[in-house]
Amino acid sequence: MTDDLRVTAAEPAGPDTVLELRGITKRFGDLVANDGIDFDVGRGEIHALLGENGAGKTTVMRIAYGLNRADAGEIRVEGRPVEMRSPRDAIEAGVGMVTQHFSLVRPMTVAENLALGRSGGFRLDLDAARRAVADASARFGIRVAADAVVGDLSVGEQQRVEILKALARDCRVLILDEPTAVLVPQEVDALFATLRRLVGEGLGVVFISHKLGEVRAISDRVSVLRRGRMIGTVPGTTEERELARMMVGRPTFGVERAGSGAGADAARVLEIRDLRALGPQGVAAVDGLSLSVAAGEVLGVAGVSGNGQTELVDVLAGMRVPVSGSVQVDGTEIAGLPPARVMAAGVGRIPEDRHASLIPDLSVAYNLVLERLADFRVSGRLDERAIRAHADELIERFSIKARPDDRVGSLSGGNIQKVLLARVLARDPRVIVVSQPTRGLDVGATEYVRAQLLERRAAGAAILLVSEDLDELLELADRLVVIYEGRIVGEMAVDDADPERLGMLMAGREAAA
Amino acid sequence: MTFIFDLLAATLRNATPLVYGTVGETYSERSGVLNLGIEGTMYAGAFSGFAAAALTGSPLIGLLAALVVGLFSGAIMSFLTVTLGANQHVSGIGLTIGLIGASEFANRLIFTGTDLQRIEPMPLLDPLAAIGEGGVLFQQYALTYVAFLVVVPVAWWVLQRSSFGLEVRAVGENPEAADAAGVNVARTRYLALMIGGALMAIGGAFFTLAVLGSFTLDIIAGRGWVCVALVIFGRWRIFRGVLGALIFSFVFSLQFRLRILPGFGELPFELLLALPYLVVILALALSGRNVAYPGAYLKPYRRA
Amino acid sequence: MSGLLGRLPGGLGTAGGAPRLTRWSTPVLVAVAVVITFAITSGPILLAGANPFAAYGEFLLVPLTSRFTILEVLVAATPILFTGAAVAIAFRAGYWNIGAEGQLLLGAIAAAGIGAAAGGLPPFVVLPAMVVAGALAGAAWAFVPAFLRVRFGIDEVVTTLLLNPVALLVVNGLLHGPWRDPVTGFPESPRIVAAAEFPTLLERSRLHLGFVLAVVVVAVAWYVIARTPTGLRLRAAGLSPHGARFAGIDVSRTLLGAALVSGAIAGLAGVSEVAGIQFRLTSGLSPGYGYTGIVVATLGSLSMPGVGLAALFLGDLAVGASSAARALGIPSQLGAVVQGVLLLTTIGLIALRRWRGGAAVRQRRDAASATTPTEGDR
Repeated sequence: MTDDLRVTAAEPAGPDTVLELRGITKRFGDLVANDGIDFDVGRGEIHALLGENGAGKTTVMRIAYGLNRADAGEIRVEGRPVEMRSPRDAIEAGVGMVTQHFSLVRPMTVAENLALGRSGGFRLDLDAARRAVADASARFGIRVAADAVVGDLSVGEQQRVEILKALARDCRVLILDEPTAVLVPQEVDALFATLRRLVGEGLGVVFISHKLGEVRAISDRVSVLRRGRMIGTVPGTTEERELARMMVGRPTFGVERAGSGAGADAARVLEIRDLRALGPQGVAAVDGLSLSVAAGEVLGVAGVSGNGQTELVDVLAGMRVPVSGSVQVDGTEIAGLPPARVMAAGVGRIPEDRHASLIPDLSVAYNLVLERLADFRVSGRLDERAIRAHADELIERFSIKARPDDRVGSLSGGNIQKVLLARVLARDPRVIVVSQPTRGLDVGATEYVRAQLLERRAAGAAILLVSEDLDELLELADRLVVIYEGRIVGEMAVDDADPERLGMLMAGREAAA
Repeated sequence: MTFIFDLLAATLRNATPLVYGTVGETYSERSGVLNLGIEGTMYAGAFSGFAAAALTGSPLIGLLAALVVGLFSGAIMSFLTVTLGANQHVSGIGLTIGLIGASEFANRLIFTGTDLQRIEPMPLLDPLAAIGEGGVLFQQYALTYVAFLVVVPVAWWVLQRSSFGLEVRAVGENPEAADAAGVNVARTRYLALMIGGALMAIGGAFFTLAVLGSFTLDIIAGRGWVCVALVIFGRWRIFRGVLGALIFSFVFSLQFRLRILPGFGELPFELLLALPYLVVILALALSGRNVAYPGAYLKPYRRA
Repeated sequence: MSGLLGRLPGGLGTAGGAPRLTRWSTPVLVAVAVVITFAITSGPILLAGANPFAAYGEFLLVPLTSRFTILEVLVAATPILFTGAAVAIAFRAGYWNIGAEGQLLLGAIAAAGIGAAAGGLPPFVVLPAMVVAGALAGAAWAFVPAFLRVRFGIDEVVTTLLLNPVALLVVNGLLHGPWRDPVTGFPESPRIVAAAEFPTLLERSRLHLGFVLAVVVVAVAWYVIARTPTGLRLRAAGLSPHGARFAGIDVSRTLLGAALVSGAIAGLAGVSEVAGIQFRLTSGLSPGYGYTGIVVATLGSLSMPGVGLAALFLGDLAVGASSAARALGIPSQLGAVVQGVLLLTTIGLIALRRWRGGAAVRQRRDAASATTPTEGDR
């Protein structure tokens, strides 16, 4: 592969280097997550770490922050080797990290979160934390109320608290793991402004992302990881296409679409009207949502996560009782029915959390029949032979790499998804509700899953596809709707989709067209 | 009036072991560990306190022995649930079975005769005898004064106003976050459980060292379980838990007094005694879904 | 189906499951636990002035040397076969029934009440009536916490636990009130009539019908859990409530059913003790058989064959403890110490196995989740 020659030689880091990783290797069982990775970031520099899901970006930075331990390699901070046994070591060395799952204690105030883990007197000094908040506000323009309870803050505000926490510990290098994944565009702009002020003050920033546009917008340098290996480091001005090539390693070959989408007059199989459902905080997460999907159509639902997608899928899966509204499958009302009745109405469900949708500690064979135990019963007992035959057949048909007796939890993510897919598709559902179907899967499994969904579409199923991956939506969907704050705010045929308008809709910046 | 003052004085007295136990259990649970070893820890505290006091003649040494046994009990519970990540319910029940068994075993070994061994119980303090009837209220054991005037306020202050308390609450709510902030999750839980164990054991020792002056089988009689209930009743707050202990003891003391009054003798007092348990269950049922358990309740923490 | 215990997340272990490592397979693990327990408890034995090896000879082997003591082992195993099965069923469904002790007492009350009032009726009427009433009473006592859990999501650990002292108070209330022995004035209920006594199985022994009943219960429970759709639903609900509900299983109903069956079986332990051993209700009827059930269930890795073996083992220990007390002067309370330590070492080793054995799987999953933005779901 010629593109691998692009690797810049690992030259010794300059005097301004704050954080330097040399030869970091990390294995999880058979999986090599990081394979001898070199990386460095300098003072006043934003260095992006780019790569696809599963490329090993997060792992290498968790190692730099002491959350994981490397099997091999060296970490230096300002030239001195540091052993990162725990985040405490990282913090002492001047490394801060904002992880994707915020490390905040939600029932506590911002000041308490800032004070947590700080060495100091036995008496809790919340005033010092309050001063730190005021100071950060003045120096970096990061505004947060010190005595607000974290659980009450918006996601963007919580992220600011995380950055504050790192700054309050006098970090000299700040690692941000996919910081924009949960933000709407305006918040992204604010974050970038903050980051620029931080590097202006001499901080080094590591920016983990898989979004090319962002990486180019903010970074001085970009390093690309692919399947655990460092592919190369290039200037932040590098062309998007070049970055994409480094990231993917080969031109993506799209899935062949079998036939065109459903005609305008195709029967509406799934009809949702004025649906309202509460989210975890008891506020309306789905708030008057209406949409419909026709037979042989894939309807893509785009949106920033946390805008009601999870709750919508939960309602359609029978896992959440809506407050009001109607969900009809072929004219049969299913809103509020339990999962068994929803399935009986012809709905197949593949939610984003595939692990929680199966019983990881039961065998593949049992998981495959769990939805329809009544069909596998002879005179009151389990028909083990039929269960096994069923498993053998589906394992073959969906090329699942597993034996019937394997625990589902011991399989790879792709095979777990195939088990769920097999369980659902074996019943020929009229409607398929699927969310983030390829998240975390490798390329092969991703393509397999997408092809299976398109095959179903060709066979006349109505498919509701919720995804945060715009590329996936553009590839699979016939029609797109955008969900924002629990409502559909825009709709377009996929051929008319333009990224700018989609982005605006997802940010809630444009009313329904 | 005498009746009322007596009743209130008895309420404070009977609440004392519950206060120690409840505060101790609150510390355990706020750090994320449900310690069902409390019943056994109180039992072992009662026995070890008595045995040490009987062998040395010093109730203070007895108290010290109970404290050490409590720390030890908390350490075992920590080792199982924090270091090994074992199931908390089962570990707690095992600890209780083991500690009760060990106490009774040691009791048989040390006090071989058939006579009931006795020690001189700790004296009652009576600072306000001069003010008449109401002074009865203050006629209490030193451990009762310590419980209400020292342990409760200090325990509250440490939990809410010290950096250690902040760490305890954080590892109980979100150990990942605490870890990422540089808090040693395991050490914090060990400390919380050991402090909790020491308090529970002192609560147990109160029976033998102060009230009875002797050790009898089944001396704790489920009071440890009551403390577990009171912690939840008090929603993991120190003062609310103590309030629960006071209410429980009030009912307990009341039935005890009614029982000896003429005309009340035939009432089914067992029913009244069961009332506090049922009230706690009812309270749980009523607050139901709104109970805000500590976020990491029952969850062991282990970094990848 | 190796390592059943290892398959319980949020169950006896922590999460995920153990792979089939022979080094850590359940029989090996339990044997190691027994050895560690004996090593630890040799301390108290030495304090009691006895030789630990002689003591464990008395504990384990002597009970198996005579017809009488062997039958006594079975007698001792009878109540804990019931409570062990009761606890294991509930735990496997993910329902933490800590209240077997109270449910047992309610069963005993029902049996004592019917048994004393059944004068003139033949055994084939009285015995089934006692068994049914005892099971119903145990189930009724288990109902409230189960209902609160299923309907309002209230943690059953505390509620089932707190009902144990309440059940004891009910017993004492009866014994000090309406059921006080009218002749002696002792707090003991009237003796049950002869027709209400469980027949003994063999001459010159106390082994009674209750043992057969216990074996049947364990066998049926094994069949249902291992071989029927109902059992698979119960296992699924215990392993992953969310996943089970998602697959269309009515988890609430499953939990409620498991809790009631668990209570009923614990109630049978009370019936068996009243009708087979004590012939009346006393406040000391159960020396903690309900809690011992937790030891039996854990030691038996929540499987029914395991429960059977564990109950026999603890029965052996119980008989051995009294024999060691007589022969070597070791206080018989050592039996409780052994039980407690055994439970702790077993649960500790299970956690250790999960940690070690599950490490590879868990890490792979963590690696996946580290690169996958999920919504904070565990």
